[in-house]
Amino acid sequence: MPASVELRNVRKSYGAAEIIKGVSLRVAPGEFVVLVGPSGCGKSTLLRMIAGLEAISAGELRFDDVVVNDWDPARRRVGMVFQSYALYPHMTVEQNVGFALKLAKIPATERAARVDSALGVLQLTQLRHHKPSQLSGGQRQRVAIGRAIVRNPNVFLFDEPLSNLDATLRGQMRMEIARLHQRLMNTVIYVTHDQVEAMTLADRIVVLEDGVVRQIGTPMELYDAPANLFVASFIGTPTMGLFDARVTAQGLAIGTGDTETVRLPAHCAAVPAGTDLTLGIRPEHCTVSPVEGASLRGTIVMLERLGADTFAFLEVPGARDLVPVRLSAQTDGVVTGQKVGLEFDVGKAHVFDQTGMALPR
Amino acid sequence: MTPAAYKSIPLRLALYALMAVFGVVFLLPFLFMLSSSLKTNDGIFADFASIRAVLPVGALTGENYLHAFARGNIGHYLANSLLITGVTVLMGMVVNSLAAFALARLEWRGKQTALTLLVIALVVPFEAISVPLMILVAKLPGVALGADGLTMTRSWLDTLYVQIVPFVANAFSIFLFYQFFRDIPKDFDEAAYIDGATPLQVYRHVIVPSSLPVFATVAILQSLTMWNQYLWPLITVPGEAARPLMIGMEQFFGARKTAWGEVMAYASLITVPVLIAFIVLQRWFVRSVVGSGVKG
Repeated sequence: MPASVELRNVRKSYGAAEIIKGVSLRVAPGEFVVLVGPSGCGKSTLLRMIAGLEAISAGELRFDDVVVNDWDPARRRVGMVFQSYALYPHMTVEQNVGFALKLAKIPATERAARVDSALGVLQLTQLRHHKPSQLSGGQRQRVAIGRAIVRNPNVFLFDEPLSNLDATLRGQMRMEIARLHQRLMNTVIYVTHDQVEAMTLADRIVVLEDGVVRQIGTPMELYDAPANLFVASFIGTPTMGLFDARVTAQGLAIGTGDTETVRLPAHCAAVPAGTDLTLGIRPEHCTVSPVEGASLRGTIVMLERLGADTFAFLEVPGARDLVPVRLSAQTDGVVTGQKVGLEFDVGKAHVFDQTGMALPR
Repeated sequence: MTPAAYKSIPLRLALYALMAVFGVVFLLPFLFMLSSSLKTNDGIFADFASIRAVLPVGALTGENYLHAFARGNIGHYLANSLLITGVTVLMGMVVNSLAAFALARLEWRGKQTALTLLVIALVVPFEAISVPLMILVAKLPGVALGADGLTMTRSWLDTLYVQIVPFVANAFSIFLFYQFFRDIPKDFDEAAYIDGATPLQVYRHVIVPSSLPVFATVAILQSLTMWNQYLWPLITVPGEAARPLMIGMEQFFGARKTAWGEVMAYASLITVPVLIAFIVLQRWFVRSVVGSGVKG
């Protein structure tokens, strides 16, 4: 039975250093939630606290509304897939998958049936007598997943499970994990620093920074309406182009010196003149144009051709970093070093105040 | 030496020649012992100044071995030594590996202090504690199995277990296990805890099967130490009943100073079991020594 998981103001400290600074989250039964954030943000620590591998310093962790703070990992009935796979090297695939059932003293016939079923689901039946050292990365990953599903856990926990795989295999395994979730409908909490994984797998994403939740929402909520500058710059590939801006009588002046002015977005109409803001714009909302008559101008410093899409990265006065622009299919005339105009739909722009919080639309 | 240097043929030849010299230096005394054990006293002295001294040539006889068994009580001492070594090593592997498991894999208050004490124990030579230890065991009440059944005794002296118990826990063995266990990824333990294992089950099902080389190393090193024990049985085992081979040989040598063939037969009988054990466990031993940085 998939369980609900609830964290109520959960904290974790090592001595004086607080790593998790009061996280609250409710994961519904059967939901796929991804914890995402840069390295060191505390996402793996949070997952290990849910697994029972790290003690919770303060706050409550509930499974199906029962407080489980003091339960050991086995009692919590979680299945966990580690980044390193952590397959027992001396055991065969079959023994690895069946180890938990053996410890639970499940009768041999039932154990064999459940192991067979798990191996079948993951297409590992042919490899049942192989040792981990004889398997490829993707096969090891499947064994690790098999070890987790054989116990019918309440909650699946994945700790960066695809980070050791190459790009192609990562894509395949991502799809397999998504299909497995559709089939089993277990509650899944999945940790990754790869926002593509987060966007493609999650029902909801939790963005963490420095032990604090920055935003919780569906992938498209986070993409379309980032609550703050951190989420805006973390979600999306390439990242959002960001400009320092100031509200003036004429509109929004880009940069702080002698710079260009664009129209003030409608939702910023009430912001008084003189206020410093940050303007963010997604690559797909930008276009390049002839320099003449353009409100913003820049130089193409890099072109990234990905096949279906081509991104131009522009150096623009007033921008915090290179500004990515998704080009239309016709890119033949565009070369690096070219001076171009930059146009964007101000209505699609995201505006953040000096504390980094998004201005409400 | 760089891998490229190994490819140079003259250098490789020089290296082999050097290794051959070392091999001969180590092998000659051993061959002398074995071949002399099969010769009469006259034969030994006749061959002494030639290469024949290390070769089993001339009039060979097995009588030295028969005499060693008949006059040296070697069967009894051999059984004692095998028992003392076997029990100590088996118990030591369990006790020391469990101690190392607690130090390397579990979190508990005082662990760092325990580790410090372990390192201190490593540098204290046994000779420094042998006399206080002897005084201690001399006053410890023990048990003895005699004609009247199991009886209490006033002391541990002159028993087999006085040669076993003090050597079961061994700081060096714990340290070897600790070093090996520490390098096993912690994810294995955590995966096992998630699977429902207790710490003892993690030790039994995860750590031990992953650590066979270090078990072989500890078995060989502790076997050698126990087999070669001399000082401790000399001061704690005055009688014959619990006497081990080494002390038996000293007595035999003292009584039959001129019977070199018999002395060599006795020495061969002491050496051969250790040699067999080493050959059997050599593959594991070398792997573990290389892996753990232990000096051979």
